[in-house]
Amino acid sequence: MASVSKRRLAAAAQQFAGVAFTLFGLLVVTFIIGRVIPIDPVLAVVGDRASPETYAAAKVAMGLDRSLAIQFGLYLQGIFSGDFGTSVVTTRPVVDDIVRYFPATMELATVAIMIGIALGVPAGVLAASRRGRWPDHLVRVVSLLGYSTPAFWLAMIVLLVFYANLGWAAGPGRIDVYYEDIVAPVTGLLLFDAALDGEWAILGNALSHLALPALVLGSFSVAYIARMTRSLMVEQLGQEYVLAARAKGMSEARVVWRHALANAAVPLVTVVALSYGALLEGSVLTETVFAWPGLGSYMTNSLLNADMNAVLGSTLVIGVVFLGLNLIADLLYTLLDPRVS
Amino acid sequence: MPKSRHLLFVLALLAAVSPAVAGTPRSVFVMAKALDDLVSLDPAEVFEFSGMEINANLYQRLFRANPDDPANPVGEIVESWQVSHDGRVFTFTLRDDLTFPGDRSIEAADAVFSLRRGVTLNKAPSFILTQLGLTAASVQDRIRALDARRFVLGLDRAYAPSLVLNVLSAGIASVVDREAVAGRKSDWLRSHAAGSGPFTLKRWQPGEYLLLDANPEYSGGKPALKRVVLRDIREPSTQRLLLETGDIDAARNLGPDQIAALAKDENIRVLTVPRARLFYMALNQRHPLLGRPEVRRALRQLVDYEAIAATLLAGRASAHQSFLPKGFFAALEERPFAYRPAQAKALLAEAGLADGFSVGMDVRSDPVMMLVAQAIQASMAEAGVAVEILPGTGKQVLTRYRARRHEIFIGQWGPDYLDPHTNASTFARNPDNSDDARERTLAWRNGWEIPEITALAEQAVLERDTARRAKIYGELQRRIQADSPFIVLFQENELIALTAGVKGFTAGLTSDQTLYHGISK
Repeated sequence: MASVSKRRLAAAAQQFAGVAFTLFGLLVVTFIIGRVIPIDPVLAVVGDRASPETYAAAKVAMGLDRSLAIQFGLYLQGIFSGDFGTSVVTTRPVVDDIVRYFPATMELATVAIMIGIALGVPAGVLAASRRGRWPDHLVRVVSLLGYSTPAFWLAMIVLLVFYANLGWAAGPGRIDVYYEDIVAPVTGLLLFDAALDGEWAILGNALSHLALPALVLGSFSVAYIARMTRSLMVEQLGQEYVLAARAKGMSEARVVWRHALANAAVPLVTVVALSYGALLEGSVLTETVFAWPGLGSYMTNSLLNADMNAVLGSTLVIGVVFLGLNLIADLLYTLLDPRVS
Repeated sequence: MPKSRHLLFVLALLAAVSPAVAGTPRSVFVMAKALDDLVSLDPAEVFEFSGMEINANLYQRLFRANPDDPANPVGEIVESWQVSHDGRVFTFTLRDDLTFPGDRSIEAADAVFSLRRGVTLNKAPSFILTQLGLTAASVQDRIRALDARRFVLGLDRAYAPSLVLNVLSAGIASVVDREAVAGRKSDWLRSHAAGSGPFTLKRWQPGEYLLLDANPEYSGGKPALKRVVLRDIREPSTQRLLLETGDIDAARNLGPDQIAALAKDENIRVLTVPRARLFYMALNQRHPLLGRPEVRRALRQLVDYEAIAATLLAGRASAHQSFLPKGFFAALEERPFAYRPAQAKALLAEAGLADGFSVGMDVRSDPVMMLVAQAIQASMAEAGVAVEILPGTGKQVLTRYRARRHEIFIGQWGPDYLDPHTNASTFARNPDNSDDARERTLAWRNGWEIPEITALAEQAVLERDTARRAKIYGELQRRIQADSPFIVLFQENELIALTAGVKGFTAGLTSDQTLYHGISK
């Protein structure tokens, strides 16, 4: 008994060390990239026309006059005390910015991945079970289209049709500007916060704004998840247990949806987790077209302005999110597959 | 849940998510603008176009630039002023009817506090004041209140009065409510405002929006609008859709294509506002070929100024060839250069470059600048000059330019205030051309050693006779136009698309002349 818990402890410690090492590596690489890119970060603070004295004072204030090792050490020290520095672009602490922008991306990505799962998995299953027939071809063509359509173009078309012409959905932005500042931010997820506050009109407005960007992002997830589900299901449907189930006279629907899909679900979890992670990274183009104040546009703008505190902070958050999703996927494995312990 | 209930629930949800009715409220003006350059609202720090525009609506300044007579700014907070006989001490008397929101009178102590703060904080625009010889050590003595309404400003030299007054019309001469900022951290004003302008800052959410509320106590009369909303929308196509749908009243960053498409829409009106921003090319004089006078003269004749302005920029810029923009005091409007490849070839042959040469051109990779760079690349190729375009982000290109690592740089320059010295001080001055020079003007960045022209520019700063001063600037512009590292190409026009019902939108040469006070719908 003792040896089992010891083993578990050792495994947990190993996993923790792995996570810590990955995050540290991520920070080192991002930090170095931030320092070697050919952009002068002081320029972003003082502008092009500052006097040499102003420039020098800002350089000292930003700690850029010190050696790289010391700069990195100070940065790490800050992180451990919860201080990610201040963003040059927004002039606020990076932590505050992330608390503001990440939930916007998370809300969008979560709805998008729900669309992705809801449409992608059945489409993939259908394609696999009707392999070589028209539903299969249709799903494959639609997936290919979804995969290869530029996000920017699709976003513009969707806006033009559903917002400008038909008026079925609200336009760019996360919420109508008249509703800003009414709902108290509890989770940062506007849909939740509006519901918690009982502000149904604001909830409706937020949903209306969310619909189109979520649809655009979701369409990419649908394409990816459908293709992956199809290939996983094709593999499962060729297994002997499927043949045995059919031989026993089990209905085709039961064979496909209960038995084959249950086995395909395990690797599918990884597919969904990775797809969700990619969406959480912030889809810069979609966020730009829809003026969605998410992490993607925050990071891009920060990078263009050499705002390295903001870039490092956001990168760390994304790293943590990916590691977290991997961890969740591992946990789901144990739930979905009794052989994994 | 029975099926009918399901249906009701779905219908209710659909009703809830139906789009907002198009059109903005009558008392609210909603404008889409790329606010990616907005990093601070502190008048002692603001140095970006968006920030300058917003601050001009939040604060009153000692003086206001006077577009009708640029050499004579008009007092805004200042009622009258006197200059001492030696020209070094200005005494200002403030108007007695001005208040900050909350009804506290604007006093000389507020003006003194604001100017001293501008110098001592030592932020980007501080040079606008320190060029008058003010230093952190000297401001306590040189800027002093005499009583509640009067204060003095002591300078190290007898500068031209029009320069001093124009400096005091810059954003850094905005008057801050000293009691509102007392006891707060010095960066509080970066995201808050304490001015007496027509609007007050309700809230700024970086990356999303900025809300300005009308200041009912504004001395120029209560604004017709209750609120101005600036939405941070970066994508021009998105701005266009929002404007066409009526969800915004103005779009500020539309490209030539979008403007052309909107011209047919009778619900949209496009304002063309000449701006003081110049497009120019700069030739690094430390480059062995670009330093030759024949090459400098040849390249001036290898740009199709008129065609680029008329077709590629389609109204977004007009051809202009001197370093003072049209609308400035003493601006030179002559345009001696045109696209003449044969003459350029002859000049290159004189320089021993009959077969042409290759050269790199650093350019910010935004669509308009790239269009201009590509057009110039094509026209220069006619004379055998092979231009390699080196695109980069704005900051990346600027980093190379400031380090004198460019060959040709193509970019923009906007003045900091309405006096000619703002551009002359950088195009026509290079007091020290060494690598560790203190002053790194545009002339320095291009390694252009010009002791004589620098002396002339210094002379203009001290010339108190307006006519003689205008003459000096005329000469400086002609000399730089004829032969220098600078090839001034165009003067920018801003195209502002408004819904037809919007009245009273005012915009001028500089971004701080964009005023929301008179807007009504």
